[in-house]
Amino acid sequence: MPSIIKDRAITESEFTVNDVENASVDGSNAILPLTFYLEHRDQLIGRNDIGVWLEAGDEIEDVAEFVNELPIVALNFPAFADGRAYSSANILKRTMQYQGEIRAIGDVRRDQLSQMMHCGFNAFELADGQDANKCLEALDSFSDNYQSTVATPEPLFRRR
Amino acid sequence: MYVYDKYDQQMVDERVSQYRDQTNRFLSGELSDEEFLHLRLRNGLYIQRLAPMLRIAVPYGMLSSRQLRKLAEITRLFDKGYAHFTTRQNVQLNWPKLEEVPDILAALASVEMHAIQTSGNCIRNTTSDQYAGVATDEIEDSRPWAELIRQWSTFHPEFNWLPRKFKIAVTGAREDRAAVQVHDIGVRIVEKDGETGFQILAGGGLGRTPVIAPVIREFLPKQHLLTYLEAILRVYNRYGRRDNKYKARIKILVRAMKPEVFAEKVDAEWETIKDGPETLTDAEIDRAKSFFTKPPYEALTDIDAGYEQALKDDFAFKTWIGRNVKAHQQPGYAIVNLAIKETGVAPGDVTDDQIETIADLADKYSFGEIRVTHEQNATLADVKQADLYGMWKELCAAELATPNLGLLTDIICCPGGDYCSLANAKSIPVAEAIQRRFDDLDYLHDLGNLDINISGCMNACGHHHVGNIGILGVDKKGEEWYQVSIGGSGYSNAALAQILGPSFARNQIPDVVDQLVSLYVEQRQEDEQFVDTFNRVGIAPFKERVYAAK
Repeated sequence: MPSIIKDRAITESEFTVNDVENASVDGSNAILPLTFYLEHRDQLIGRNDIGVWLEAGDEIEDVAEFVNELPIVALNFPAFADGRAYSSANILKRTMQYQGEIRAIGDVRRDQLSQMMHCGFNAFELADGQDANKCLEALDSFSDNYQSTVATPEPLFRRR
Repeated sequence: MYVYDKYDQQMVDERVSQYRDQTNRFLSGELSDEEFLHLRLRNGLYIQRLAPMLRIAVPYGMLSSRQLRKLAEITRLFDKGYAHFTTRQNVQLNWPKLEEVPDILAALASVEMHAIQTSGNCIRNTTSDQYAGVATDEIEDSRPWAELIRQWSTFHPEFNWLPRKFKIAVTGAREDRAAVQVHDIGVRIVEKDGETGFQILAGGGLGRTPVIAPVIREFLPKQHLLTYLEAILRVYNRYGRRDNKYKARIKILVRAMKPEVFAEKVDAEWETIKDGPETLTDAEIDRAKSFFTKPPYEALTDIDAGYEQALKDDFAFKTWIGRNVKAHQQPGYAIVNLAIKETGVAPGDVTDDQIETIADLADKYSFGEIRVTHEQNATLADVKQADLYGMWKELCAAELATPNLGLLTDIICCPGGDYCSLANAKSIPVAEAIQRRFDDLDYLHDLGNLDINISGCMNACGHHHVGNIGILGVDKKGEEWYQVSIGGSGYSNAALAQILGPSFARNQIPDVVDQLVSLYVEQRQEDEQFVDTFNRVGIAPFKERVYAAK
């Protein structure tokens, strides 16, 4: 099990991300690819130990109907400069009101974590070579921000 | 102008610390070139041909005299004693050292300045009309709105890793001096039934594929400005192309979707956030406006006897007034433009001494503030008519009184191959050769408004597509050549220039400009400007003149 940052603590992940090749309906505590999950949805209804992960180009709206049954949704960053998953997380959290874990996977690095947190990610599976303690500190690089975000729903202009 | 409170200051200070840490990690080998590239770009640092280049943000072009003096000091301490005004109202340093950039940023932060988001694929500095708040054709001052956009776009967590760079311009006047039609988003302040709102344009731009932006919303009530921008950015962030950087700007997306479909998509997204917490409150709008109130003007009449006399007595002064000074909203005041286009100096370059002189003049004559213009000049917006003659003499001594605003020699020009690693060709020597050829001021004044815009490559930092005469550096088998296009305009009558024909060697360019201009002089009717004549007679006679002569 990889170590992750979740809810501002370094911890062991209870879930494993499965790629298309090793995805299966028989496993437990697995995060399955969206296409696989949708194909096998009938068999997976009601499973509280199965999550879904989306590629950056996947439509987050595809999980809207059943997302609140899922314990975890992971969003992949194929490269750290690919910013699509920030929007997906925002929609998941703010438009769909998803209450479960939103995990960043893929090319997840220290200098992006604070932005991810503001967009609704609460868990981070770090890229190889990232120092988890430094990453934890980086969540607090900025003590405030102008916008209305998941972490600060009231924009600064309503608070200053 | 806007003044930081503890929140603004803290964010800028924390950014300095964060960037210092990133620089240290790069220097120690912890960050790869590739990773640091993205991080330094978000702070305006390019690695150029000879040295790094640091782009410093000047929100909507406004600078105080205190900020100017700090800039002058920074150019002396960390650079070679000069700075460059850019076509997006920013300031660039051409010779900073990578390891000293955090110290430069700390110095900037001490005067409420920064380099945040001046490059990289994020929302760039918001630009506006250099005559905002003083223009006679103004509906409303655009600066409070530009400041609200600045704050909203600064470190926006969702939009820091866009498919490509993203530029927003705002205008509140009838004449468009902010080039809103060639920005990713253009915001025009409009009135409807006595209510202020915005017309929103999206998907304009220059670069490899120049596009005049379509209007995607005719009237947006003012309180919805930020939520609507958020909806546009979200659609772009999700659906803009990321597979090809030349097709990644929003203009490609808007065109591929069709503007009306793009607008529908934005509306659907907007429905989910409209009236949410980012909806502007009256209190916040009033707070933003409170920073841009009128300075303490004296009650004056429009006619000053001393000024009238100087106009009669001093022809050079009169010439400068006619070209560089514009009418002001307030009786007895004038808008003064400093053309930073002295022949032999790169367009937009100012020395540390000149920067300090501008700061002194701003304090003495214009309430301590200036604006940088997208034509790479500087504006002192609030000068008493009675002070104009004295001020002009001081400007002459500082070589800042070139009376060529808007004339052929007021050339917009990117740094080009002398500095920029993206450039195909040099641009500064081309500008200089043209300025040297056209050294007869009477002739220049007779030619009237004529914009020459020069870019050293397709990225179009010199806005060549919207020049009356646009010059683009191209690479032909390792040699520098120049493609000439004509008939463009960057103002309310925005138009993209048409390519004249095969490109030219650098030394041919002054002749080509000469031929284009002489044809205009022969063909013009009454008080037609160059672009009017072009619109009437078309490209053919210009083509014939230039290529027949070859």
